[in-house]
Amino acid sequence: MAYGSHPRKEDARFIRGQGTYIDDITLPGMLHGAVLRSPLAHARIESVDTLAASAHPKVAAVFTGADLRQRGMAWMPTLFGDTQAVLATDKVVFQGQEVAFVVATDRYAARDALELIDVEYEPLPPVMDARKALDAGTSVVRDGVSWGDDPPEPPRNLRTNRIFDWSAGDAAATDAAFAAADVVVSCDMSYPRSHPAPLETCGALASFDPTTGRLTVWATSQAPHAHRVIYAGLTGIPEHKIRVVSPDLGGGFGAKVPVYPGYVCAIAASMATGRPVKWVEDRSESLMSTTFARDYHMHGEIAATSSGRILALRARVLADHGAFNAAAQPSKYPAGFFSIFTGSYDIAAAYCEVTGVHTNKAPGGVAYSCSFRITEAVYLVERLTDMLARRLSMDPASLRMQNLLRPSQFPHVSPTGWEYDSGDYPRALSMALSLAGYADLRREQAERRTRGEYMGIGISFFTEAVGAGPRAHMDIMGLGMADGADLRIHPSGKAVLSISVQTQGQGHETTFAQIVASELGLSVDDVEVVHGDTDRTPFGLGTYGSRSTPVSGAAAAVAARRVRERARLVAAALLEVSSDDLEWADGKWQVRGDPDSGVGIASLARAAHSSLELPPGVDGHLDASAVYNPPNLTFPFGAYICVSDVDVLTGEVRVRRLIAVDDCGVRINPMIVEGQIHRGLADGIGIALMQAITFDSSGNCLSGSFMDYLLPTALECPSPELGATVTPSPHHPIGAKGIGESATVGSPAAVVNSVVDALAPFGVTHADMPLTPANVWLAIQGRPAGDT
Amino acid sequence: MKITVTVNAVDHTRDVEPRLLLIHFLRDELGLTGSHWGCDTSNCGACVVWLDETPVKSCTVLAVMADGHRVTTVEGLASGSQDSASQHGASQDGASQHGASQHGASPYGADVLDPVQEAFAECHGLQCGFCTPGMMMTARWLLDNNPAPTEAEVREAISGQVCRCTGYENIVKSILRASSRTIPGGS
Repeated sequence: MAYGSHPRKEDARFIRGQGTYIDDITLPGMLHGAVLRSPLAHARIESVDTLAASAHPKVAAVFTGADLRQRGMAWMPTLFGDTQAVLATDKVVFQGQEVAFVVATDRYAARDALELIDVEYEPLPPVMDARKALDAGTSVVRDGVSWGDDPPEPPRNLRTNRIFDWSAGDAAATDAAFAAADVVVSCDMSYPRSHPAPLETCGALASFDPTTGRLTVWATSQAPHAHRVIYAGLTGIPEHKIRVVSPDLGGGFGAKVPVYPGYVCAIAASMATGRPVKWVEDRSESLMSTTFARDYHMHGEIAATSSGRILALRARVLADHGAFNAAAQPSKYPAGFFSIFTGSYDIAAAYCEVTGVHTNKAPGGVAYSCSFRITEAVYLVERLTDMLARRLSMDPASLRMQNLLRPSQFPHVSPTGWEYDSGDYPRALSMALSLAGYADLRREQAERRTRGEYMGIGISFFTEAVGAGPRAHMDIMGLGMADGADLRIHPSGKAVLSISVQTQGQGHETTFAQIVASELGLSVDDVEVVHGDTDRTPFGLGTYGSRSTPVSGAAAAVAARRVRERARLVAAALLEVSSDDLEWADGKWQVRGDPDSGVGIASLARAAHSSLELPPGVDGHLDASAVYNPPNLTFPFGAYICVSDVDVLTGEVRVRRLIAVDDCGVRINPMIVEGQIHRGLADGIGIALMQAITFDSSGNCLSGSFMDYLLPTALECPSPELGATVTPSPHHPIGAKGIGESATVGSPAAVVNSVVDALAPFGVTHADMPLTPANVWLAIQGRPAGDT
Repeated sequence: MKITVTVNAVDHTRDVEPRLLLIHFLRDELGLTGSHWGCDTSNCGACVVWLDETPVKSCTVLAVMADGHRVTTVEGLASGSQDSASQHGASQDGASQHGASQHGASPYGADVLDPVQEAFAECHGLQCGFCTPGMMMTARWLLDNNPAPTEAEVREAISGQVCRCTGYENIVKSILRASSRTIPGGS
């Protein structure tokens, strides 16, 4: 069995500093690009004067929106069917928006030249509070006036900031359940805007060859094939003449799914100058302009009997999408998978409504390991469950245990239509409580409170729906979310697997080799994994939403099984028996019951390439490919417990322990799985306690550097305590479910629940993230976050 | 300005702008792309290299400040690698305690890795690899100065650097693993 904590193949280059990230690539004659950005959140552009910049001795070219308009590249499609300005033509709609692009012979000169561009703006009132975006008299972000003839389709929502109204569930049944309930608990809560902040920022290097008409784009992309589709549409260069290469990525977490204006500028500049053009954003550009995450204003209600049986759940959400609707998610799901908000509980009725609005903020919305908004959904139900427990004077663990779905209820169709594939929730929660020593913790908490010390214990139980997804229901830009895998078996039996998904640190080169090695009885070292190059890999939609193993991993397994079946026919010819008489055992085809007759893939590959006479219809070689169209999503789940200590004088929160029991089905490489959980738990600390992208009322981004957008360090993150259960997905070829986002989805609620639990003696029932010392102190005073 | 910087024991003389950052000197002038740029504000530490014996964030050091000094980068950690020098990291009195050679050739490649590099690979101390060079340079410095650090000392040492992938757990484990090999007589 090739599964297990195999060392990572990719580490050999990374520990030597020999990774190849976007900014490590240099081409002969390469120019460096820099973007001039709007200092204002909302303004009409009166004029752009680029004469002085163009005259700079090191500047090769300057581009404005008007220049790109002539090339038909001033606007680009977003991944959610909207149209986004590449360079603003006559209006800017968020601070940091792209206004002009300079290419120069070195990166410093390009920056210098930005200073020489003179832009005159006429300021407009910015819409910075989503809750006021639909008020009468509020200025309209997408007013439809300034768009001219540029967008391929006219804006859909002229004269309003409303993007969509969307709902799921049975409103009448939910209302009835609420009316009949003994107890109703409700809460307004916000999930603040955050940013995935991969350590490597985004960038692209475009190289257009005027002679061949071929365009090569190296880009920080989690979805190189999807990017190629967009570049083809924008440039008019046909797809077969475009190669998109995603080199080593220094993290992604959703930030590298979209196409950004800077990528398109690099392409346009390379086509205009005939020279390679590299553009890499700086940290402030990244935090201010690339995809944000969350920004949900939620009103949640939970109904229950007095004995703690949850009856119904209701939510009304205002979703701040920023200035362009650029959420990277399946097209039929304007609020992502938020409607899975009943979480892990047996709830008969549920209804949610989501309204999306434009504001004068950067576009995005679906990123930061959110599993298409399941993060927000889990947070809502887990906060409400804790509040319900408080209202009923019940222990939050007991209340959860009472309402969790039972193993016998799977497959379970939720009240909003999700078919959960498998799970044993009570077992996971029991394991987490046991690992935590829950009863002892509650005793310690009571004892400390008598001494004026405030520790909190927070629980979160989550269910994810990942591995998007079934083509009939899920597409991005009309591209169904099935992914391909090509598997070539060389005459020596060494294998090369080409996949469509894109590692950003997840270790695909190792995990996917393990999948193939396991299916074919090969050594992991005998399988090479190719990814991140559209010329060398089959089509697929890339890595996000924890879809690599659920979709592409399945494709790899299916392709390997096809190889195995081809090898079976070769084995039959070689052994001169009927293929029906063969069985696969110990990585070999053998005559049933005769291990000594076994022939492995290496020998069969040699035979398949030899002059061995094969049966009619068998052409030789063992190569195979597959396209995997998932029959359903997979449903990882887990139980998390956070223990924190709160200094009620300073408001400082110290996370003491994080206990995480995860069930992601079959674990191919447990070391890598645990590493991903570690990351998500750190995310939980950062999101719950430290991080938020905030703005002042004038539209200035107040979180444009790592001095203001705080990331957890080794001092804030305790050693995680992990547990595992394994409930294989019944419909996935190898029973795996995906793990990349579980801990980011599940842990923020546990951290917040622990802080609110610690503050129970002060009557605190809820406090909004981020629970910075100031906001915790305000909560203790009975004041909302940010109240000054 | 003309400057001469000894990088991984090799002298490099270049004519540079006074404003050129050391990280860009290393990456763009010398092609040593192992050190990464991450934030501009000294918060992330992806750019950590040694200036003489001290780790610095090379995004906030001017290249001209390194004139006449020695710089050690991740490319200089392993011995026998293309860009390394046999004396890398050796303090001036020659008292460098880590001896990569005692471990022989690494299973992760043909060159002889520093125990810190080996430990990062063994303990899954990296995922995307972007923070890794800076983390390893700090780890090497820590272990040279404190061969048997406690976990708290390890966490303190890397607290000025950011990793977005590992939650730090396996980085801490890696450095503690390397320390057990660095101590004379260690396992």
